[in-house]
Amino acid sequence: MDETRQADQAVGGGVTRRGLLAGTAVAAGAAAGPAGTTAAPADRAVDVTLTVNGRAKSLRLDPRVTLLDTLRDRLGLTGTKKGCDRGQCGACTVHVDGRRVLSCLTLAASVSGRRVTTIEGLADGGRLHPVQQAFVDCDGFQCGFCTPGQIMSAAALVTEGHTGSDHEIREYMSGNICRCGAYPNIVAAVRAVAG
Amino acid sequence: MRPFAFETPASLDEALRRAGDDTQFLAGGTTLVDLMKLEVMTPSRLLDIGRLPLRGIRVHGHTLHIGAGERMSDVAGHDLVVRSFPVIAEALRLSASPQVRNMATIGGNLLQRTRCGYFRDTATPCNKRDPGSGCPAIHGENRTHAILGTSDDCAATHPSDLAVALVALDASVHLASRDGTRRVRLADFYHLPGRTPHVEHDRSPGELMTAVTVPALPWARRSTYVKVRDRSSYEFALTSVALALDLHGGTIRAARVAAGGVATRPWRLSAVERALTGRPARLETYEVAAAHAAEGARPLTHNGFKPELLRRTVVRALVELGGRA
Repeated sequence: MDETRQADQAVGGGVTRRGLLAGTAVAAGAAAGPAGTTAAPADRAVDVTLTVNGRAKSLRLDPRVTLLDTLRDRLGLTGTKKGCDRGQCGACTVHVDGRRVLSCLTLAASVSGRRVTTIEGLADGGRLHPVQQAFVDCDGFQCGFCTPGQIMSAAALVTEGHTGSDHEIREYMSGNICRCGAYPNIVAAVRAVAG
Repeated sequence: MRPFAFETPASLDEALRRAGDDTQFLAGGTTLVDLMKLEVMTPSRLLDIGRLPLRGIRVHGHTLHIGAGERMSDVAGHDLVVRSFPVIAEALRLSASPQVRNMATIGGNLLQRTRCGYFRDTATPCNKRDPGSGCPAIHGENRTHAILGTSDDCAATHPSDLAVALVALDASVHLASRDGTRRVRLADFYHLPGRTPHVEHDRSPGELMTAVTVPALPWARRSTYVKVRDRSSYEFALTSVALALDLHGGTIRAARVAAGGVATRPWRLSAVERALTGRPARLETYEVAAAHAAEGARPLTHNGFKPELLRRTVVRALVELGGRA
């Protein structure tokens, strides 16, 4: 039985649209295996525990499943986006133990026991993270698809401190592609937070 | 992705005991997971070495020691590396993206596979991926391919920037297996493709890279890495140059020069080094020395620009580090 549906029932007591879609996706995923490949033998499944946005999660997973697919398909955290799925666009950026990484190139089994923060866990209750607020204030997005990855990357960048100049901000944001071309406003948002 | 068994050895000994022909060690995963998704690499077992104590950046008797499990970003930002071997820090900082550098390890960086598009596409032949199947790059899309160290069977470049800096510094890698440990000069570690492009380096499947050591070179404090590419960040090199200069009173007493993006393995430019040694640090010296950079180059149909670009990259690195005077 999958945890996502159980969690939805525990929280809401009813069927939500997101929960229904997530549950369906999990069922389809379980039958077809990750990325449409054949299912792994059951004895190869691995037990994985993750602390996601401060909450402990225990899962039994095909070892081929990436952290990205685990977040989206198993835990219903669809804020993290799947862009290229091969480490070239940055849309899937999350924090593992506080460091920004690409969830599409991370096997979930390899980060068992670690702390994962996604875009859903960045705000402090009802108050946006300063980087989220700056993206709103500076109009740092257009279509929005790359935005969760941009914001997760920028939040880490501010902590890392590589914000000495616009050139440095651009260099240290180069792992996040924006096809709408919102770059000038993204740089402005990072600069606004860095002060 | 093909099915595989995921194993988490609790110690280095256990990892080495479990390693074999059908296994791959998983470190940062930025090469391996990518190539497993493409089914270019299809191991039946993964040994996760991410938690093994292959860490540490320190100096032992003037030799720099870097654990193979250190992340690229941690080495790039380490005071000791930035101060004593800026060429290493710069080569790392100009590699990949911040996210990738937070994941990828030093060992994985040195063992990463080529970015040749034919190697990455299982629908096409490739002598490296499928020995004897042919090399479409020789007469196909080869703008980014090698001009040095190639053969009729392969012209794929070695993609690592770090390896270029380390070859210039005469670094060694340390390998461990069930049978013990050994040390190999990085310059000897990588093979030329010849007739066997699939044999890329001197490491057996049961061997794990545990560390890199860089011999003391006090004048490497004056060193740099210049990388030329199609976009200014998050891109592999068209040409690159690692350079260290021993300057004294306007004279070059010694030089280390290696090139990336142009060869099938990191390419030490010994003829350029010789032409710089004992000469005044000025533009005329640089131009004369850089003329040797692409000696023996064999351009392909679309990369005829590389010999001249390499020559200019050498000059630019020399001007940046030695001045124009």
